[in-house]
Amino acid sequence: MPSRDQTGRNAAHVNQRDYPRLFLMILPAAIVFAAFFIAPMVKLAIASAAGDDGIAAYGAIITKPRYLESMLATVALSLSVTAVAVAISTVAGVFLVRNRFAGRALLISLLTFPLAFPGVVIGFLVIMLAGRQGLIAQVSLFLTGDRTVFAYSMAGLFIGYLYFSIPRVILTVMAAAEKLDISLEEAARSLGASPWRVIRDVILPALKPGLIASSAICFATSMGAFGTAFTLATNIDVLPMTIYTEFTLNANIAGAASLSITLGLVTWIALFIARSLSGSTVAASG
Amino acid sequence: MQRRRSFYLQLAFTLAVCAFLIVPVFLSVLAGVTENFFVGIRSGLTLRWIGEVWGLYSETIYLSLIIAIACLAVVLAIGVPAAYVLARRGGMVARFIEETIVLPVAVPGLAIALALIITYGGFRDFRSSWAFILVGHVLYTLPFMVRSVLAVLSSIDFKTLEESAASLGASFTQRFFQVVLPNCRPGILAGSLMVVTLSVGEFNLTWMLHTPVTKTLPVGLADSYASMRLEVASAYTLVFFIMIVPLLIAMQLMADTKVPGTHRAPAEDTA
Repeated sequence: MPSRDQTGRNAAHVNQRDYPRLFLMILPAAIVFAAFFIAPMVKLAIASAAGDDGIAAYGAIITKPRYLESMLATVALSLSVTAVAVAISTVAGVFLVRNRFAGRALLISLLTFPLAFPGVVIGFLVIMLAGRQGLIAQVSLFLTGDRTVFAYSMAGLFIGYLYFSIPRVILTVMAAAEKLDISLEEAARSLGASPWRVIRDVILPALKPGLIASSAICFATSMGAFGTAFTLATNIDVLPMTIYTEFTLNANIAGAASLSITLGLVTWIALFIARSLSGSTVAASG
Repeated sequence: MQRRRSFYLQLAFTLAVCAFLIVPVFLSVLAGVTENFFVGIRSGLTLRWIGEVWGLYSETIYLSLIIAIACLAVVLAIGVPAAYVLARRGGMVARFIEETIVLPVAVPGLAIALALIITYGGFRDFRSSWAFILVGHVLYTLPFMVRSVLAVLSSIDFKTLEESAASLGASFTQRFFQVVLPNCRPGILAGSLMVVTLSVGEFNLTWMLHTPVTKTLPVGLADSYASMRLEVASAYTLVFFIMIVPLLIAMQLMADTKVPGTHRAPAEDTA
């Protein structure tokens, strides 16, 4: 049996001799990353300031009415989707963590399945719900004699964004709710607190970091959503669609680049907040 | 009594949320196998639309599979060793590198695609090959493999395992392939499922990076949503579901066995 000292020397031996090899092992990933992410991102930043207006291209986000409207519309849409998705998912998520019943595991699976659906597919699912041949059109035709169609409006986008937000938020809320200390609630109840006061004064404050984290994830996803908007927002300017049209139709590279850098910063900051609040489990890249 | 009522209210609410997510999927699958969706199910069931999709879009399905497999190969080759180095190194530097690798998931795909086009769009042969799409997919999926493997490595004491192997005379290569890799297996498996699922469904980057000769499945889907009748678009979506649902089920099964490094939530950027 080797003495403690010997093991220690072995460890040091393993560590130092390996450094050159470790460097070689991370090199391929570093090269790919530097060549295809860092260099292009730097180039994008340069392109954003290389238009006729120079660095003032960034000011266009405020001075150009079309950009400003698109930015405001996207922020308003993302904020309202976040509020509704977090409210819905908190009720469902806390319920699923608190109760055990037959079919619970299946229900959780069904609620989280849509996580990996691409945005385009979610756009199409909204068409199945609210398009001309959609479910809502059929039901309203039967009830009122009129087809209610809103897939291609802001309401349709809202439904689509809600669709991809709910699974993500439910997972984050469930992770936070699992850590709740039931004895605190029992104490509150035994002291005579009503169910509503227990929710307001005990459960919600304890969930707060998880709720902020999931709000940030939800907001970032909604801000950057392209696929869903691509399918539905034929007449609506949300920021990713504005970037897309600036680049492909107007060939305004500086404009598209400065808008995408702004958008990238917003989503990155939101996700950074989420990650630092909720630890590494379900946050950010999951 | 009061308490039971609140239980059923909450259950009903949760079931309604579930219905919101599942009913459109069900409708879409139904439309894909219905003779005429406008008339409804009484017009009869058919596989005609699936056949039509196969005729029109089979190449996009093959290309998506090829890119997913190539992407997995690249990510395994560069990501697993990188994760091992990060786990060995630890500390602030490793944290910083990990944070940097995750950036392509935090930044919208549109921006990354734009950056790639501005930088490499001039290399015609590269731009018009599917390798250009592969580059985007590798960037986007790499963090999932790295984090998945890192999670396993940080949950086991692999350094002690390596030391004992070294004290028995194992070389660096032997230690990596015979001690570290077998221990990483659950993380590698979970990461691989995630990489393939994300690659097959990736749209945001791919739409910008594709050319008329390099269309992947989601690109074809967007195309069919804009220009095909509802039944064909639905049948195509059904084909997509058939491809990714087994991957999703496998991922959920792995997450349920509580293997460290299996994450239930994939990217927040798939939308």
